[in-house]
Amino acid sequence: MRDHDLALMAHLMRRAGFGASRAELEARVAQGYEATVETLLHPERTPAVDEDILYRYFPNLEGPLAPVQAQTNWVYWMIHTQRPLEEKMALFWHHLFATGNSKVDNPPELLQQIAMFRRHGMGSFPHLLIELAKNPAMIFWLDNNGNHRGAINENWGRELLELFSMGVGNYSEDDIKEASRAFTGWTIGPKLPRLPLGRFYWSFAYKPEDHDEGEKTFLGHRGRFNGDDIIHLIVQQPATARFLARHLYNFFVADESQVPSWNIIPPRDPAAIETLIEAYTTSHYDIRAMLRTLFLSDFFKQARFTRVKSPAELVIGTVRLAGNFATPRLGFQELAFECAYQGQELLNPPSVESWHTGQEWIDGGALVRRVNFAAKYLGDTSLPGIKAMVTALQEQGTLAPAAFVDACLDLLGPLDVSAQTYGELLAQAEDGGWLTWETADDVKTSTQRVGVMLALIGASREYQFA
Amino acid sequence: MGTANQDPVVVVLQLTGANDYLNTVIPYTNPLYRDNRPCVGVPADKVIPIDETLAFHPNMGPFKQLYDTGKVAIIHGIGYANSPRSHFRSMDIWHTCEPDTVGTEGWAGRVIRDLDPTGENVLKGVNFGQGLPRAMVVRGVPVTSVADLESYGVLTNVPAITAEQERAKVLERFARMYAPALGSGPVMDYLGHTGLDVLKGVDVIKTAPQQYTSSVQYADTPIAKNLRNIAQVYLANLGTQLFYTQHGSFDTHFNQVPMHNKLWTDVSTALAQFFDDLREHDAGDNLIMVLFTEFGRRVRDNGTGTDHGAGGAAFVIGNRVKGGMYSEYPSLKPEDLQQGDLAPNYDFRGLYSTVIERWLGLDPVPIVNGHFEQLDFI
Repeated sequence: MRDHDLALMAHLMRRAGFGASRAELEARVAQGYEATVETLLHPERTPAVDEDILYRYFPNLEGPLAPVQAQTNWVYWMIHTQRPLEEKMALFWHHLFATGNSKVDNPPELLQQIAMFRRHGMGSFPHLLIELAKNPAMIFWLDNNGNHRGAINENWGRELLELFSMGVGNYSEDDIKEASRAFTGWTIGPKLPRLPLGRFYWSFAYKPEDHDEGEKTFLGHRGRFNGDDIIHLIVQQPATARFLARHLYNFFVADESQVPSWNIIPPRDPAAIETLIEAYTTSHYDIRAMLRTLFLSDFFKQARFTRVKSPAELVIGTVRLAGNFATPRLGFQELAFECAYQGQELLNPPSVESWHTGQEWIDGGALVRRVNFAAKYLGDTSLPGIKAMVTALQEQGTLAPAAFVDACLDLLGPLDVSAQTYGELLAQAEDGGWLTWETADDVKTSTQRVGVMLALIGASREYQFA
Repeated sequence: MGTANQDPVVVVLQLTGANDYLNTVIPYTNPLYRDNRPCVGVPADKVIPIDETLAFHPNMGPFKQLYDTGKVAIIHGIGYANSPRSHFRSMDIWHTCEPDTVGTEGWAGRVIRDLDPTGENVLKGVNFGQGLPRAMVVRGVPVTSVADLESYGVLTNVPAITAEQERAKVLERFARMYAPALGSGPVMDYLGHTGLDVLKGVDVIKTAPQQYTSSVQYADTPIAKNLRNIAQVYLANLGTQLFYTQHGSFDTHFNQVPMHNKLWTDVSTALAQFFDDLREHDAGDNLIMVLFTEFGRRVRDNGTGTDHGAGGAAFVIGNRVKGGMYSEYPSLKPEDLQQGDLAPNYDFRGLYSTVIERWLGLDPVPIVNGHFEQLDFI
């Protein structure tokens, strides 16, 4: 039973966070599954990441002065957060409301958007959409600062409907134009010059004189709608409930088909989607209620290893297992680059349509990087997390080859592997015979053997799944 | 070097984000262009004229030089009916040749399969860049995707593996862990194939930069780096027949003028360097490059940029390409526009068909899903 509880908790923490050390898993198992879910859903009960420590080590990482360091800053948060679900939801909304530095060209401003996701990412969906509509990075990204009374720019209006709420096929081209009219006047306040003091954050400004006060027809409703009226109509749409439910399912439960096909290809688990839709509707559009339903459901608990890890999940999860970067130190930037090389450049998704997920994370180039990255960290016995695993094995005394393999799989997950993978791991263990710790030479040899074994597991197909 | 293998080669350069056709091949003498482009229009005295009616963007000087050698075909008005004006959807359509349903197979992947039906050479198709484009994805067809040629390899940097002999042994285990097994499911199978293909490709492609020398200095831009990597692999004669890379973003809704200037400076400079490099190696007669974008942009500008449109332009470049203009520039007259956009008059699948049949010698019909008008640039 204990093994089952540990495996389930490890699953929850991989999905609702970026994985957890054995010590953390055991503490959470003691707390209980439902209580852990409730803790995750209420991040305000746990301290936030202490950015002061980060800035003490790296003053140049601070806010507006640090354009190129923004990805590094976010990676630091993902590794160090004690509010794993808050951070995972920030990543979820970054996937969904994909805003890219390729155009915004202001990484600190993108970090402000991520901070907004932390603050509002688990509350009311209409509230979040309104915050999004007022977010300066988003306004600039989708050109709402160029959306004027009498001369609309429909970029934000279109993507709000197509990509952020209802999904393609559930509205007309006229609805886009009318929504765009309703958002005229939602813009960015005057910007302060970048020199000589560095960047200042942008601000939201509403300009009534540039707002189109005229009557609009949107999704069959008629009125002198402003932007928030449009959002209140959008969130009531069944299409919105379904779209959001499918996104949450795809991100937290199991890989779905790619987003543009959703109005053609039915969900993998229609009953699960209906359950999430109901949570959305009965809670009056509350994200937290949907997440609670999701994490407590059987469809979630039974979905172990049914998602291909995103690069951020693979990189951050591996680093958390290996346990380095416990204090701020050089190298965070490499972790951010690594996500990019594996196909997920944080704060710079390829387009507003975001990344393709699931199997599409994997191609030859990405797989090489994923394998090499995991093997490099898991196969480094000088790192504190790996050292702790070596110690845990040493405490078990002399181990037969099969027990050696089982113990390593347990420490890295617990991880399930196929008979084929297991056979190779066992053959690797048998090559070196029993794992012994009698003499200093034994310890040295065995430590290295553990490193190779962990690296080989990290290189396996199974390790690619969350 | 570089001339031993004369199998035809195609390089696809995707201009991601929807390049503005009207400001790339500019109808500079057409008053309707001036009327519709009060803000982002290029002044007539700045353009690089091609003839009395059309001109290149001012930052396309190196591109114009290529054009003047008769090696560049311009394909006007390219697109397809009922443009969805969504980047994602439109790129999907260009990638899969399926305008009405969501396709699952990429056209370039099908080409690679037909060029190498047994999947013998995992370097038959090579992508340079982050993430594999959908165009190259067909289940069971091995392709290689390289972010950075210099650092490419498997289990190259594991601290616990100290001897090369040990690494070789671990790599053998890796290969057996990724070997096909019954009933492991489609995603596991896909991972298995991909892992084994990577092993095959790595050792070979790593030889390319070692063999390469050139006096051409490429610019320090992402597109120049990718084209240089393509030149290295092409010149190493590894049997690659389809290269793919991309540059962007061309999504110039706002502040278009400086953005578009830089994009075309970077692209045309890198292109000129690439073809200079091939010329220096006395190579390139068996290579053509195709440039495309998912759609053109709206005729009327929005104040500082342009919104999503329909008809666009594609280009084909190569020593054996019959340069010049193909198809027709769509009319700018208000009554001829479709929802304010240039009406496409040439189906993009015809461009693919021409390349697939006349250059690669394959049957284009099953690849592009039908018969489409071909052009005489080859």
